[in-house]
Amino acid sequence: MNSLLHPGQLRQLILAYSKELLREPGVLFWGIVFPILMSLGLGIAFTKTQDIERSIAIVSPAGSVTGFLSGMGEKLDPEDGEEAYKIRLRDENLGNTTLFFTPMTWDEAIASLKRGTIGLILEEKNGDKIYHFDPSNTDAQLTYMKVSALFNSRKIETASGEEIQPLTLRGTRYIDFLIPGLIAMNVMTSCLWGLGYGVIDKRSKKLMRRMVATPMKKSHFLFSLITVRFMMNLVESVLLFIFAWIVFDVVIQGNIPALILVFLAGNLAFSGLAVFISSRTANTEIGNGLINAIVFPLMVLSGIFFSYHNFPGWSIPYIQKLPLTLLTDGIRSIFIEGASLNTILFPSFLLVLTGLFFFTIGLKIFRWY
Amino acid sequence: MKPNRHQNPVVVEVKGVHKSFKQVHAVQGIDLNIHEREFVALLGPNGAGKTTLVEMIEGIQHPDKGEIRILGKKWDGHADDLHRKIGLSLQETRFIDKLRVSEILRLFASFYSLGQERVNQIIDLIGLQDKRRAYVVNLSGGQRQRLALGIALLNRPSILLLDEPTTGLDPNARREIWAILHRLKVEEQTSLILTTHYMEEAEKLCDYIVIMDEGKILREGMKEILLNDQENEKIVEFTIEEPDDVKSGFFDDAPYMVSWDEKKMTGKAKIPKIEKNMHAFLQYIASRNLNIRTLEWRRQTLDDLFTSLTGRHLDE
Ligand SMILES: Nc1ncnc2c1ncn2[C@@H]1O[C@H](COP(=O)(O)OP(=O)(O)OP(=O)(O)O)[C@@H](O)[C@H]1O
Ligand SMILES: [Mg+2]
Repeated sequence: MNSLLHPGQLRQLILAYSKELLREPGVLFWGIVFPILMSLGLGIAFTKTQDIERSIAIVSPAGSVTGFLSGMGEKLDPEDGEEAYKIRLRDENLGNTTLFFTPMTWDEAIASLKRGTIGLILEEKNGDKIYHFDPSNTDAQLTYMKVSALFNSRKIETASGEEIQPLTLRGTRYIDFLIPGLIAMNVMTSCLWGLGYGVIDKRSKKLMRRMVATPMKKSHFLFSLITVRFMMNLVESVLLFIFAWIVFDVVIQGNIPALILVFLAGNLAFSGLAVFISSRTANTEIGNGLINAIVFPLMVLSGIFFSYHNFPGWSIPYIQKLPLTLLTDGIRSIFIEGASLNTILFPSFLLVLTGLFFFTIGLKIFRWY
Repeated sequence: MKPNRHQNPVVVEVKGVHKSFKQVHAVQGIDLNIHEREFVALLGPNGAGKTTLVEMIEGIQHPDKGEIRILGKKWDGHADDLHRKIGLSLQETRFIDKLRVSEILRLFASFYSLGQERVNQIIDLIGLQDKRRAYVVNLSGGQRQRLALGIALLNRPSILLLDEPTTGLDPNARREIWAILHRLKVEEQTSLILTTHYMEEAEKLCDYIVIMDEGKILREGMKEILLNDQENEKIVEFTIEEPDDVKSGFFDDAPYMVSWDEKKMTGKAKIPKIEKNMHAFLQYIASRNLNIRTLEWRRQTLDDLFTSLTGRHLDE
């Protein structure tokens, strides 16, 4: 490679881009602070074993719930001012559940249901109880079962010969699922925004054409940008992991070289994609739109925040081939399943291939001026 | 002494060059030679095609038709070599905001395998010693232009191409840039091609002037010849007292007239060998029974020349 003939040039380029990056306060926030805050927020929201809280709307002709709930044996607290009631169901195995009952008109109840503040509407009609909920919402179903059991003085109990044993294994909590996803997502957004947008920005400011009008090697221009981005991603990922390790006790159960391999392959894939996206446009708004058009679908489909197994079965094989899914699944399998180098080889190969494919096309059509 | 152009070898050769964009025929068949150590101004209004022409010479854009040779070489196959020999500043470049003046110079110096020593020399040359640690984003317009000029000069180019190096600057900042270029003219072997809207800039700095409009060269020549200084041609501007009967077309057959404004009763004439021909001009006015209220003459400027070529002013 020619770079050996111009070591000074490459070094200065890497230095300049690193300084550009580190002197931008936004970079540190979005790259380091934001993922940590996100893991903290989501980790606490979904990991701590607090009471499960569910709200239920009561629609009764009297407009009052007292008669309705006063006979219940459980503790009943009028909320301040409002005529709402709270019932706490204790369960050692499954965790406690608190149910909030709020009287509403039918229209209010529907509006709350649409907003997602309640999952279940309990209508009282001629002394009968009618439950309204979306049957495809599993959480609403569960709430219905608990409420129904409560009113019928039943308990959701295990039959004899059955036992519930809560899992406390490592790697089964939401935070264990989330951290690898956040690392993968960060690689993607950092490459596409940092690298792709960076190239477009340098083109739009005419800096690129000024640099290319010197004996600078064009390959150095991209190579240094990619290198700086990769080092930044590495630092960001390591910091996020250290945070998760200290605060949530998240550990890497699998093979470290395998992790490095899939991480590298992921960086390559998204760097290639970034070069492709940024190969022609000098318009930062078009670049913005292009990047969003790629980032958002991938973020939703690739199982960063929740498993993609919720999507229809026919779509799963396709989803699994998306670069962000390959990277997320790869990192996740090493983190929580203790996957080995062998299992990671094929996905890494696919990622490298994706990267090279887009990189090659991108360079072919790249506009330097 | 008649200024003689063809002493030095040709360093830039432009032959029959055309360039079109979707709607616009930006450069329409230009031929131009530039000689070693010559300072050439490309003068023309917005959209004349100056940038397009200069960027084709710089190898940034490619002509649709025609040929360009720099130091006898075409861009094809000699890009690396030619990049080392030319220096340039684009009409607008935004360097990396959060790099310091010395850092951005160091970066560009590394492209030419030059080191800190050359960077220091350039900082002295462009007078940014106080600003060497300032971020690019915090520089004034004039300081940015000087930085761009400094970057262009890093490799001691034998051909320097500057696209509007002083546009938007105040007279002081403009003069600072002129001073740097003037030093270059005295001390170095550089040839300069400079585009500008400012006739003063062209007159002050350059030997050879090329006037462009709508993609074509309207007139070119040594400054003195273009302005007919040799011929002692002068511009005469005058106003007359309003006569009792205003007939339109008073001056239709007057000698040397360039323009006549009937509302303001002002006129402009271009009179060669003024010491001889002024008399005839005044006689014509007297023969029409008109009384002169004011009259003055001055040297012709490039703006006068441009106006007489196109009917418009340069900065319109
Ligand atoms: N990339 C482009 N795409 C489309 N049209 C262009 C492009 N570059 C230049 N033009 C058009 O070509 C013509 C000449 O433009 P050019 O920039 O060369 O003029 P100029 O003399 O440098 O003007 P100015 O003094 O405003 O810088 C203009 O009409 C311009 O709109
Ligand atoms: Mg221009």
